[in-house]
Amino acid sequence: MATVAGAERAPTAGSGAEAVRGANTAAPRGRWRRHVPPYLAISPYYVLFTVFGAFPVGFSLYLSFQDWDGIGDMRFVGLQQYRWLLHDSVFWHSILNTFEIWFMSTVPMLLLALVIAFLLNAQVRHATAYRVAYFIPNVTSMVAMTIVFGSVFAQAGLANSLLKAIGVDGVDWLTSSLGIKSAISIMIIWRWVGYNALIFLAGLQAIPTELFEAARVDGASSRQTLFRVLVPQLRPVILFAVITSTINGLQIFTESQVLFYSDDPGTTGGPGQEGLTIVLYLWQKAFNDHQFGYGAAIGWSLFAIIALFAIINWRLVSGSERENRPRISWRKGARNGR
Amino acid sequence: MAADRTTAVGAGLAIGSGSRRSRVGVRVLLLLGVLVSLFPFYWLVVMASITTQEILRFPPRLVPGTHLLENMRQVIHRIDFFGSLFNTVVVSVTGTALVLFFDSLAAFAFAKYEFPARKLLFGILLATYMIPAQLSLVPQFVTMADFGWAGSLKALVIPGAANAFGIFWMRQYAQNSLPDELLDAGRIDGAGFFRLYRQVALPLFRPALAFLGIFTFIQLWNDYIWPLVVLVNPDRLTLQVALANLNVAYNTDYAVVMAGALMSVIPLIVVFLIGARHFLRDLAAGATKM
Repeated sequence: MATVAGAERAPTAGSGAEAVRGANTAAPRGRWRRHVPPYLAISPYYVLFTVFGAFPVGFSLYLSFQDWDGIGDMRFVGLQQYRWLLHDSVFWHSILNTFEIWFMSTVPMLLLALVIAFLLNAQVRHATAYRVAYFIPNVTSMVAMTIVFGSVFAQAGLANSLLKAIGVDGVDWLTSSLGIKSAISIMIIWRWVGYNALIFLAGLQAIPTELFEAARVDGASSRQTLFRVLVPQLRPVILFAVITSTINGLQIFTESQVLFYSDDPGTTGGPGQEGLTIVLYLWQKAFNDHQFGYGAAIGWSLFAIIALFAIINWRLVSGSERENRPRISWRKGARNGR
Repeated sequence: MAADRTTAVGAGLAIGSGSRRSRVGVRVLLLLGVLVSLFPFYWLVVMASITTQEILRFPPRLVPGTHLLENMRQVIHRIDFFGSLFNTVVVSVTGTALVLFFDSLAAFAFAKYEFPARKLLFGILLATYMIPAQLSLVPQFVTMADFGWAGSLKALVIPGAANAFGIFWMRQYAQNSLPDELLDAGRIDGAGFFRLYRQVALPLFRPALAFLGIFTFIQLWNDYIWPLVVLVNPDRLTLQVALANLNVAYNTDYAVVMAGALMSVIPLIVVFLIGARHFLRDLAAGATKM
């Protein structure tokens, strides 16, 4: 299918561009012919994206102005879905939950990853074995490991047994607001800390050692070396980790869905819906309650939130490029960027 | 506190030497981390190999028992384990093969050929990479239903058969690792685009293909939300969805659920350990080149 569509596409795209080029090059006929193979080669992605990416995105905008249960007739309701959304306290709750979980997981995770990266950098023997061990959590199925963590955090589970053994009262991991968010955050940290540590490690190893020697010759203190040499050098890698953690963090779904599965829509996301994330709410509205238009509207809201974060991230990146002076610290640069 | 520690280690790195004591300290901390990282798997093995009564006992049993085979038999009895394993393997293998083929082909064209609108097309590709997947969850499902693909494994394989991330990443690799002289030599021998791709580019792409292959395979194997939504036929599920169903339907039978979780995790860990060396090196390289 893809090949046929690609063959149709390629000549059109080629001859269109050729018309422009024809002004200063002769022999237009055989010219575009040699462009056919590369166009053919790249066409599958564009064909697939048009059918399964661009069309659904456009359609989802259309859907978000409709009232539709997925089977019967659509009814145009204009901005009504978005108006409902603005007054839907459950939706706002899901946004708050998502941000709380994102914050509680991302900040400790990145700090911990940085520490692990330094340790791995100092460890020379068995380097690959250590990397594999730290990366394995990222490889395994989220569903399976959520089931494991679910039993660890159960009222009489391993976590509370350990606390009891050292004489501390058990925690309501899966029934209280803070407990639910902590449990989910711990799962996310466990899963992603090794991945981020390896990315930081790669950044660390790309720093030329001469920089550190120069700092030492100039009599820099450890603190100065850290903030004036190391952190500025690591900034692109840190930004990469922050961006990916944000995009992943705002789309948390599996942990909450598997931990708190329930037929009753009022309790999706666990007791008090404290584990209800934006994507979980989207899934529940669209595929459990069959409110497709509402689900699409939630999707667009999520998109707006992620776009907002992307802009903030982008400002941070361009801000750091503007001040390419070596003496600026990460902290200061970040504030200027905003 | 974390900052203090990084200062110390950072200084160690700057000086480029570590005392014997600090080397031992590093190793102890690292081993502690490895313990935390691997413990959940050990705990999974423990719970999968004992009875539900033993799981619920206090104090908990900390070493594996002898009920593993019995629990696994129960899993096979209660869900179509091999059927869903088969589906997952089909989706992961065909999906990975298609991604490797289409992405490397497109990357080859983008990296080594001049053609009109190349920059524009590549820009569009990068822009589409930014669109979050969940935005189109609902309409994508509707599209699949219109195609008659809801419930079919095609819905898991075809839409992602060529992806922006892979093309972008492979193109970076191709630019650095595929010398133009080799391609020119091939052209003098009369080789066209597709023969150059197959005989010159593909062999040199091998390390990049190993990375992208493992990455894609893991993603397809573990994907949950999309199969959950689109596989409407309860007789044809992937392993992840079947496991989640087992967890819901038999949520008091911990031991059986844990055995199911263990069975779903092991094949992927084996694949990962086989390719880990390549994979980890290329993962790190990809991040720093950004």
